Amino acid sequence: MKQILIALFAGALFGAGLAFSGMADPARVQGFLDLFGRWDPTLAFVMGGAMIPMAIAWILQRRLDKPFADAHFSLPGTTLIDRKLTIGAVLFGTGWGISGLCPGPGLTDLAINPLPALAFVGALLAGMIAHRVTS
Amino acid sequence: MLAAFSHAMPLEGLIGGLMIGVAAAVMLLGLGRIAGVSGLAARATGIADSGAPRGIAIAFVIGLPLGAFIIAQLTGGIETRFPPSVIPLVIGGLLVGYGTRLGSGCTSGHGVCGMSRLSPRSLIATAIFMASGFVTVALMRAGGLL
Repeated sequence: MKQILIALFAGALFGAGLAFSGMADPARVQGFLDLFGRWDPTLAFVMGGAMIPMAIAWILQRRLDKPFADAHFSLPGTTLIDRKLTIGAVLFGTGWGISGLCPGPGLTDLAINPLPALAFVGALLAGMIAHRVTS
Repeated sequence: MLAAFSHAMPLEGLIGGLMIGVAAAVMLLGLGRIAGVSGLAARATGIADSGAPRGIAIAFVIGLPLGAFIIAQLTGGIETRFPPSVIPLVIGGLLVGYGTRLGSGCTSGHGVCGMSRLSPRSLIATAIFMASGFVTVALMRAGGLL
């Protein structure tokens, strides 16, 4: 129960941050990617802001034996840079540019602008299922 | 801040970014996990067989719109300018869904969590999806789609 509440709090704070920063707005995100248009640097400030607490968190993580509410850390240990990683990132970036949305803002916008958000999230899950059945 | 970018929101971006970073830090130090939205969404829906416990993934995913709803109530509304047609949403969603599973992460997992860890894998993934996004939007602009 404690773990569920921590995850719910983290998700809500994450969604609140996306909404407050303007990152729930697909046009603003697309504006960051639009170097030859009316470029909007806001996303860079968001990413920079997010780096500060996380850089501190990684320093603390290295000094801890286990997290506060679980028996051990469950972190990705893969260091492989392969075709899956690079092709996946190319496809993701293409879809991100086309829609102005990545998974976080898509799910977040279900509360703000449900119909178009649902169209994106439905396609997002379909794409994930397509990957599952083809791999 | 800069007159040429008067439409930008640097202060809101920085504050919202700090909130996102603290949220990811809570996941890391509280539960020992990466706050990667694509992985958690796949886990919450049962599309992925491995990863975070299902309850944790579902709680995080439900939290996202909940947090945005609270901010919208407090600030009097959040602007979300979606593409006018459903076509870019569906094509974009399919590519983002497939690509983030194939590449094991998105803006949150590789971007926020991986880059701050200085993970070479995440740094490369982030550089590639950013470059891919820049090229895609440049092509859309050149093709008159923006």
